[in-house]
Order: sequence, then C-alpha cells, then structure tokens
Amino acid sequence: MARAWGARLIEFQSVTKAFDDGTVAVNDLDLAVEAGTITVFVGPSGCGKTTSLRMVNRMVEPTSGRVLVDGRDVRSADPALLRRGIGYVIQHAGLFPHRTVLDNVATVPLLGGWTRRRARARAAELLEVVGLPQEVGRRYPAQLSGGQQQRVGVARALAADPPVLLMDEPFSAVDPVVREGLQDELLRLQSELDKTVLFVTHDIDEAVRVGERVAVFATGGVLAQYAEPPELLARPANDFVADFVGRDRGYWGLSFVAGGALRPDEVETVTVGASGVVSGDEWLLALDEDGRPRGWLRPRAVVSGPLSEQELEPGGSLHTLGLPLRGALDAALSSPSGRGVVVDRGGRAVGVVTAHQVLELLAAERAATQARPEGGR
Amino acid sequence: MIQQLIEWLADPAHWRGPDGIPTRLLEHLYYCLVAAGFATLVALPAGLFVGHTGRGGTLLVGAGNALRALPTLGLVTFLYLVVGGTQTATLIGLVVLAVPPILAGAYSGVQQVDRRVVDAAVGVGMTRWQRLWQVEVPNAMPLILGGIRNAVLQVVATAAVAAYVGLGGLGRYVLDGIRAVDYPKVLAGALLVALLAILLDVVLSGVQWLVVPAGLRTAGVGDEGRRRPRRSARREVRGETTDTGGGRVDGRAGHGLRKR
Repeated sequence: MARAWGARLIEFQSVTKAFDDGTVAVNDLDLAVEAGTITVFVGPSGCGKTTSLRMVNRMVEPTSGRVLVDGRDVRSADPALLRRGIGYVIQHAGLFPHRTVLDNVATVPLLGGWTRRRARARAAELLEVVGLPQEVGRRYPAQLSGGQQQRVGVARALAADPPVLLMDEPFSAVDPVVREGLQDELLRLQSELDKTVLFVTHDIDEAVRVGERVAVFATGGVLAQYAEPPELLARPANDFVADFVGRDRGYWGLSFVAGGALRPDEVETVTVGASGVVSGDEWLLALDEDGRPRGWLRPRAVVSGPLSEQELEPGGSLHTLGLPLRGALDAALSSPSGRGVVVDRGGRAVGVVTAHQVLELLAAERAATQARPEGGR
Repeated sequence: MIQQLIEWLADPAHWRGPDGIPTRLLEHLYYCLVAAGFATLVALPAGLFVGHTGRGGTLLVGAGNALRALPTLGLVTFLYLVVGGTQTATLIGLVVLAVPPILAGAYSGVQQVDRRVVDAAVGVGMTRWQRLWQVEVPNAMPLILGGIRNAVLQVVATAAVAAYVGLGGLGRYVLDGIRAVDYPKVLAGALLVALLAILLDVVLSGVQWLVVPAGLRTAGVGDEGRRRPRRSARREVRGETTDTGGGRVDGRAGHGLRKR
C-alpha cells in the first residue's frame, strides 16, 4: 500500500450487539480502523455490518464492549455532539426535502452555531468539492438525479470537516455507471481530504474497488476476514469468504498486480488512410496519424485504395503501460489477433502483449516474491 | 323562492341589530375560531408527540376514531344539559368535534416523513427537538394543515346545528326561520353558512400555500416523473387538491417555512 498505516482512529473492542428478540447482530467484534484510510465493511444482508457502523456514532448502542473514536469511548460523548463531528452518508442520501440543496449541505455548520451566511458560503464551497455546479444549490432534492443527490449527501457529511466519515451503502441506489463515477470521486476526495472513511456495502466489487482494507462479515455478525483487497482475493480465510468473494477472484486479483515489469513486443503497423496496403501472414495493427490504435487488418488482406476503418476488425480493450496486469491480460484476450495492444498515457500504441507473456510474467513474479504482492490502484 | 331569498338578503333591516347578518356572521366565526383554536392547542402537540416518539399510536388512533363516532349534535346537547345550559358547554362540544381530524393530521403527518430523512436528521447530530422542528414538522405541514382545514369545515357546519342548544350564529336563522315558517330566512341562513365555509377554506388554503415549504410543493416536478407517496397520504386526511403542478421552481422559492 502506498500509505503507511496511521494511528487507530476507530476501534471496536469486543463489541457485541444483541437485539431484544435475541438475534445477535454483531458478535464479539474486535477491529481497528486506521486513520486516513477507507475501510469497507462488506457482507450479506443481516451480517451486522450496518449495525457495526451505526455503533460508531451511537445510532445503535452496543450490548457489551466498547467503541472508541480517537481513543475515547463514544458513550462518554453527548450523542448529538458526537454525530456532528462524524460525517454520515446513507443510501438515497436522506436529504431534507423541504430544504434547498445549499441549506441541506449547510445543516451541520448551522447546528454548530455558524451564522447562516457563513454556513452557506461553506456549503457552496463543498458543492464545488463534490463536483456540482453552483446553481444546483438553489434547487430542491426532488429536482436532482440520484447521483446528484448522493453527491449532495457527501457534501453535507463533509460540511463541518469531520475527521471521520461513515457511509452506509451510499451508492447502492444509483445505476452502475453513475456508481462507478461516484466511487472514483470518493477515492479522489479521500486522497485530497485525507479523511478516515468507514464504508458499508453488500457489493464485494465495490468493497475491493474503494477499500484499502476490507472487513468481510459473515451471517450472525461474525468478522470472517479483515485484510487488504489483494490478500482477500489471493488468500480468503475460509470457505465463506471464498464463496463471497466469488469465482472470478483469480482474474480479479490481477487488478492488484503491478504491470511495471511488462515488456511489450513490437508489431507491424499501418496507418489508416495509407494506399495499397497488403498484409502478409500476420495481423497488422492499424493506427491513426497520431499513433492511436484504430483496429486490426486481417492476414492476407489486400486493400485497394486508401485504407479505411471499414476494412479493419475492431480492436480489443487497451492496456495502459504501467497499470496492473489485469488490463494487459484482458487486452490480449479481447483482441482479434490474440495480441493485446499496449498504449502509453497519451493513448499512443507502444507495442503488443500476448496472454502467454502475461502469464509467464505472473509465474516469474510469484516465484520471486512468495510474500504478498505489491498492491496498487 | 330565489326571488324571496334575494329580497330577504336585500332587506336593510336584516343587516342591523343583534339578529343582523354581520352580528350573526361574527358570532359564527367566533365560535369556529375558538373551537378550532382550542382543538389545535390540544390536538396538535399530542399528535406531534405521538408521531415523533411513535409511542401511543394505537391508542391515539383508537381514541380519535371513538371521538369521530360520537354523534355530534347528541354530544353537544348532552354537554349542554349536563354542564348546565351555558354557551361554554356547547363550545366544548365543538372542540371535541374538531380534535380528531387535527390529531390525525399531525400524527400521520409526522409518521409519514421518510424514515431515511429522519435517520439522516439523527445522524447529522440533531437533538430530538431540532429533529421535530427542523425536519418533521416542516415535512408534515401539508397533512397538519389538511387536518386543521378539515376540522374548521366540520365546526362551521356543526356550529350552525348547535344553535339548537343555545348558540347564536348563523344557525339561528335556520332554526328561527323554521319555527316562524319563514323559508327565505332558513335558506339565507343555510347559504351564509355555506359561504362562510368556502371562504374559510380558501383562506386556509392560502395559509397552507404560504406555510408548506417550497421544496415539498415542487416535489415531483422535474424528478423524472417519480411519484410521491406523500400525496396519496395527504388525500387520506382530506381530499384537497395540492399545489404541485406547473410554475417555475425558482420563482416560488422563498415562500418556505425555514424561518420561524
């Protein structure tokens, strides 16, 4: 991981929560959340992940055990004051329908006694931070899309600049494309603002995508595994975690294997628009004038006149040099020529790789470092 | 008949003195405001409390229904006889009548506020009091006012009947007219009661427009046509039309309830 582990900001010490009807939601949880990280609680419904999260800001009180925030038992603080110091984001955002977006975001500063003018100025700042245009501030929540509402929810949670952010399935209600955008946004925000984020989801993809550390909860409120994502994918602690992580975890784990050692091969190229192109026994990679890949020309093809894109087979996915190996393998597997196109950061082709090369590289890396793989996102 | 009605209304003698239209109208209005006012004082806090805490909801609904089931005139007459023939007794009867709709409106108004919104209010660190006043009451406003409008209409109608047991007001025309076989007078009384009811409802709908936060009025507009469950709940309490259609949003902002 790029970041050194910081202090323990949130600590669960032998925390158990049993409800009146006898169901145990959380069973003897011991877990520490490091400052400045995104920690994800993931698990099937009824596994106690949300209950655990809500014990941090005293929305739920533990039956036994202690929850510490910054070294202090949360039960020693006044609940309302404690919560104002902890950002809280929920599914569907839970915005106040009777308040404008700006006043929604200004809520916590206003509760903290700021003047209305100052709170609104701060709220306007935050709209910018979460990537919303200023005019959205005058609208009402019902006039926003789901993704926008969720952004406002995050802005509201950040308004008082709390060190800790609790996010309870914040992106579950929006469609997958918007969700991915929001996840990226969260990662960006976290790297800029350096908050400690506790994030609950039932979606393991999301957990691995946003989490620096992931706690997998099993039914009955038992912590099944607490690890960094590569570790979780490579070495699930038990059958439950293996099942929960899913069948593609091997392939998926490549997302965390650095591709820096990958040496792309050279490939014969042609330029779109060139005249009198004839291919031999090999596929030819077609580039545009800037060197960006446009597709592949089949072997033994004869093109009369200038080469147009209609004569090309569409290319596969592209692998950007230096990114994790998953992209390289996918590029190779999805390419019609069996060779994945590797591009530089500017999108210009620098060479090709085969699936075989990627696998060899993996084998070599595995042999070299039997220790945990170098992570990176 | 219409001719006679118009003549009756046009007679200057009917616009003067203790039995004149202005006096009777003011009397009627006074009963309604006193009854609805006291009922609001009693029912609104009770309804808000039960809606907010979620405690005693069953009891409240039961009591409300029991009150509703009481025959109004019977109750008013009973109180009049038991308490001893005063105007106060009759007014108490009207208060009892006005309580259930206000109670139901306040209770269900607070109850139907989206759970997630309430959860967020707790989560951002509002105290119970702040949650009630800053989140629950503004969002319950359409139903609260719906309940009050409903109560006022019932009181206007029943106060007319309650003239039977010693109240003044517009009901006097109806009763005295029947006794004297003066049908234009009966009709004039009935007409005036109806007009007063309509007038009060128009005024209250204006109040409602001013007091319901703009965000709730505009709810549903420009939201990909998503339906609001709130509106059907509102109609349950009283079948009024809600002002959600048309109109630019920005032009209406500023009529909110945010400043108390």
